[in-house]
Amino acid sequence: MGGRDATMVLLDENGIRCDGRKIDELRKVTIKAGGLKNADGSAYIEFGDNKILVGVFGPRDVHPKHMSNTDTGILRVRYHMEPFSVTERKNPAPSRREIEISKVIKEALEPAVMLEKFPRTAIDVFIEVLQADGGTRCAALSAASVALADAGIPMRDMVSACASGKVADTIVLDVNNEEDQAGQADMPIGYMPNLEKITLLQLDGVLTPEEYKKCVDVGVQGCKDIYEIQKKALADKYFGNKGD
Amino acid sequence: MADKRKYVIPGDVVTTGPFRPEQNVVLVGDKIISTTIGISEIYDDSVKVLSLTAKYLPKIDDLVIGRVISHTSLSWELDINSCYVGFLPAQDVFGRDFSAHADELSSKLKTGDLVAARIANFDRTRDPLVTISDRDLGKIDSGDLVKISPSKVPRLIGKKGSMIQMIEMSTDAAITIGQNGWVVVSCESPEGLLKAKKAIEMVNDKAHIANLTDQVKEMLDKKGES
Repeated sequence: MGGRDATMVLLDENGIRCDGRKIDELRKVTIKAGGLKNADGSAYIEFGDNKILVGVFGPRDVHPKHMSNTDTGILRVRYHMEPFSVTERKNPAPSRREIEISKVIKEALEPAVMLEKFPRTAIDVFIEVLQADGGTRCAALSAASVALADAGIPMRDMVSACASGKVADTIVLDVNNEEDQAGQADMPIGYMPNLEKITLLQLDGVLTPEEYKKCVDVGVQGCKDIYEIQKKALADKYFGNKGD
Repeated sequence: MADKRKYVIPGDVVTTGPFRPEQNVVLVGDKIISTTIGISEIYDDSVKVLSLTAKYLPKIDDLVIGRVISHTSLSWELDINSCYVGFLPAQDVFGRDFSAHADELSSKLKTGDLVAARIANFDRTRDPLVTISDRDLGKIDSGDLVKISPSKVPRLIGKKGSMIQMIEMSTDAAITIGQNGWVVVSCESPEGLLKAKKAIEMVNDKAHIANLTDQVKEMLDKKGES
């Protein structure tokens, strides 16, 4: 558990990965919109073994006042991991990693959210990772965008996110925790599916230019699949249809 | 009338072509994109999306119900269920000869009082200015406050006021609807009050249902007999 297993086969000769998936297959993803009564909007996502809850408040008054901007609203994001979200207890104080992820998620959501409609206000997004298993930033970003839509905040497009990476010299979709630890590269992508624009792109590892292009293409395809799940989550809550 | 109604979420392309974008849509290239969860309606020359979820954003001339949060020696601040606070200047209540030493604001409106007010002015740079100097505006002395989602206010009013008139007629209640989703119901008989409140909550819960007026009418009539 947790640590690196030297004998683990990341990709077998039939193209099956360590958790039984094909190279272009997502983990099982379910999203539920709403669920928190006191937040203006909320969403819960299960992305493989990741479990993440997101609450959104706003637009609302900015405190402290000096942070407010007279031209536009501001977006504040807090990404936080619960002490019990990983195998060894995590100190609940915000770590360097959490502060960074809060920042990248904020910047990935900003192009979509129409903040200019709400000058002098703030929109707060609170992300709580209940259980982590690799790829939490993508799962959190997908859930945050559903929660923002649930709060009725005007957006140009949804933001869907998914990671791709390089494992055992092969480009794969949706890198899990083991593959992230032992793999060669990990590339989280945030994507606006209707505007066809990328809002988040990070890369940890080394890729050749060809691999890089392939990795982006694979990741974007994954984001489109996530988008369908986001659509269904919102349709289930607002339009009452379980079908599409 | 509108045709091609459909359910949309943010980012969905409502239509393409030479239409005027109205509420909750943006024009990107030649595509008209929804910015919220709602129902799209395409008219002869314009497109809009009726939002199913939203906070109240003040509009000039809207009637709102507010609650007094606090006051300074010159003005009151009203909670109008929005991201901005309503600003009610003392001159509006005391008249032109208001003097900050002679007149005590809490003698007219105290913290916690409900007020029917109209948005007099609002733009991006300032908090909404409200007024209570008009007919039917001012302090609300009696009645129960019901909070509904601001996006469901048009449904509660109905076409040309059909829904609200029906509820008022069958319960003898007087209902004041604020565009901000706060509704004040007052009625002489306690049963009428309960029934009217129940009808309003029913509209809030089932706003998307097509023949809601009939369902509400049925509920009101049924209770009347027992």
